[in-house]
Formats: sequence, structure tokens, C-alpha cells
Amino acid sequence: MSGAVLKIREELLQRIHAHGVQTYPHECCGALLGHDGDREREVLDLLPLANRRGDSPRNRFELTPGDVRLAEKTAREQSLELIGWYHSHPNAPARPSEFDREHAWPWYSYIIVSVQKGEPRDTTSWRLYDDRSGYDPEAIEAVLGASHC
Amino acid sequence: MPVKVIIPTALRPYAGKQESVELQAATVQEALSSLTSQFAELKKHLFADDGRLRSFVNVYVNDEDIRYLQKDQTRVREGDIISIVPSIAGGTRNKI
Repeated sequence: MSGAVLKIREELLQRIHAHGVQTYPHECCGALLGHDGDREREVLDLLPLANRRGDSPRNRFELTPGDVRLAEKTAREQSLELIGWYHSHPNAPARPSEFDREHAWPWYSYIIVSVQKGEPRDTTSWRLYDDRSGYDPEAIEAVLGASHC
Repeated sequence: MPVKVIIPTALRPYAGKQESVELQAATVQEALSSLTSQFAELKKHLFADDGRLRSFVNVYVNDEDIRYLQKDQTRVREGDIISIVPSIAGGTRNKI
């Protein structure tokens, strides 16, 4: 999927950053809702979710199956698809870790925002290879525009 | 008996891009076996090398997690909906 592009409105990107700042020094997480095309996909809404990883929220995030089902239902209700997930890396680079890879799924877009000392820094997006051996970077294209709803 | 299996978006590329698949099965195990027979590419995403469901895969019959029923031996009835729900987790490489 090399050369893949993820379009997202600037306002939604800012909301992801704000979520990462709000939960700092813990990881934030949420769902990306939108449409998938052959060469590019677009995030049209977000579903911020609570990090369920109570024992280690500074360097881990986890969602319950109920959260995932809620995200799928929310997407369906808006005639959108659940196209991926976002989370923050507090005081760490916006690159997927080995732990991320072990827990990731192919096809989904995974946005990671680095939050350094409480400030959002780099934001990247990734897609897992089909054989789960690594990730392809996905270019984020921030666009201006009104909210989906 | 006919049941419907809901495929999560991440796995649809391996299931003919279908949102759901209708098939004949009496148990969850039969349904998933039938599903992966039809769509061989799905198998590596649902099952570990030892043939067990991967720990990151959750399966629901209607609104019940099969872990709280009879796991993959849970019986299904006509019209039941089996949902495959991926576990989502991650985190930094930092050890804190």
C-alpha cells in the first residue's frame, strides 16, 4: 500500500492533538470514521474513546470489544466506515512500536501523535503489511473544510 | 442452519469485500471453519498457528461474547448473527 494517502480535515487533526494533550501523560485513543477509496481514504469524523489500560496508561492503550462495536455502530449510523484508530505516544516518537505492530490489524489506518512535555508534535499514519511484518507509512493530507455533521 | 457472520472492515479485503457472509452452521466453530474455507486469506488473521482463535479476535453471537457462552462450541440458531470483533491495543516502545 506504499503511496497511500489519508486525508483528514485540519479541524479533526486538531481534535486528535487536543485529545492527546488532555490525557497527557497518558495515551489517548479513538476511532477514525470515514470513507475508503482505492488510492486514498478520508477521515470524516472521530470517536474519542477512553483508554481502558488502567495499569499502564502512560505507555499503553487498549479498547474493549464493546468500544470497537460502538465505533462500528457509530460509523454505520453515519453511513461511514470504521477506517482506523488514533492514539498518542507521550514523550515518545510518532512511530509504531513493536507492541503496536503485535496488536495491529491490516487495512486500518493508525494515526499516532507524539506528545512531548504536554505539547503535540509530529503526527504520522501507518498501515500494517498484510503479513504483519511491518508498516507502510501513509501520507497525511490535512484539508480545510466544514464538519461532517 | 443459516446464520450471518459480520466481517469487520479490516478483514473485508480478505472476504471478498463483503460486510457479512451467510452460511450454514450449527456452532461458532462450524461457522468460522466454513468462513475460512470460503475465504482462505482470512484464516491467518483469525487463527494462530496452533489452530486456536487468535487472542486478539473476539467473537459475539448476537450480543454475547462467546467466552461467556461455550466458546467456539457455542451453538447457533437460524437467524443468529455472529460478529467478529478485533481487539484494539497499542502503545509506545517506552518502558515506564
